[in-house]
Amino acid sequence: MQQATEQSTGRTIAVAIWRGGADGDYQTFEVPLGANQTVLDVVTYVQRHLDPTLSYRFACRVGVCGSCAMTVNGRPRWTCRTHVSKVVENGRLEIAPLANLPVIKDLATDMSRFFEKWQAAKGVFAPSATRGEPIAAISPATPERRIVDAAIECINCGVCFAACDTVRWNEDYLGPAALNRAWTLVNDVRDAGNGERLYAVSRDGGCHACHTHQSCERHCPVGLNPTASIAGLKRRTMAAYIRGEVT
Amino acid sequence: MNVHLYVLQRLTAALMAPLVLVHLVVILYATRNGVSAAEILGRTRGSLVWGLFYALFVAAAAVHGSIGLRAILREWGPRSLAASPRGLDFAMYAFGAVLLALGLRAVASVVL
Repeated sequence: MQQATEQSTGRTIAVAIWRGGADGDYQTFEVPLGANQTVLDVVTYVQRHLDPTLSYRFACRVGVCGSCAMTVNGRPRWTCRTHVSKVVENGRLEIAPLANLPVIKDLATDMSRFFEKWQAAKGVFAPSATRGEPIAAISPATPERRIVDAAIECINCGVCFAACDTVRWNEDYLGPAALNRAWTLVNDVRDAGNGERLYAVSRDGGCHACHTHQSCERHCPVGLNPTASIAGLKRRTMAAYIRGEVT
Repeated sequence: MNVHLYVLQRLTAALMAPLVLVHLVVILYATRNGVSAAEILGRTRGSLVWGLFYALFVAAAAVHGSIGLRAILREWGPRSLAASPRGLDFAMYAFGAVLLALGLRAVASVVL
């Protein structure tokens, strides 16, 4: 971030940043435009140089931890891997907290609801063996593992949750990330929790609430497709329902 | 929407797909030389096949549409209703019953 400041282009950019809670408003700052500057660099510059009371959340700065997601010019993005030059519109940047989550202050949201959905979707591994047994040998080439691999790299950033229309309309909806996580476990041959899991995602607010708008897939920063995972859950739960395993 | 409603809505959709196609083909066929009430009634009156065809169509549409209405109310309806599963179920059954009654009445009027 210091580097970005040093490589300043001599120009500035007007950055409107959300301040306060849900009833807050945008405050505009003039920030030096740097080469290869990310949106997170901009937010950090504002806090370090212009207003130390600005609240936001980040940790790794390299797209691994999933902490720094915000709404940038109307779209949810991971700010540490979003270059200003790619998203700036008419020389202006508007940065807000993630949608569909309560605002704590400024750019920091309360993500409790997001993680509670993971629990509700039974997104926790349920072991079928004890630690005394040999480690299961899972070939990456098996069909089940290929399905898991396609969906496993979620960084829990909440971008899909913020992008989802159904999350906005239905507060009971589990959301793309939690359902995507459930799908990885449904296909994990070591897991023994599918009875409860399929029931959890079959209820009102489960996978069947998804309208397949694909905003999650459109915005996922790591290129996952939660919509496809949810479609998989729909098929799997429907088969379980027909067999009488899910009521 | 839970899995039970999801399966019912998909099943009725699958059922209606060929029914809609037949319905459209019949419309094209029936209107090829203009259309008159006498011509329609001549085809449908006393016809068990058309009676069953449209009764099935009406039943499927009533189930399919009322589940869809429930989903719309759940997401876009008044907050007090959206948060009440019993209220949503009541709206679904009531709307389904109205669709079924109106539809079967229409079928009866052209078949009987």
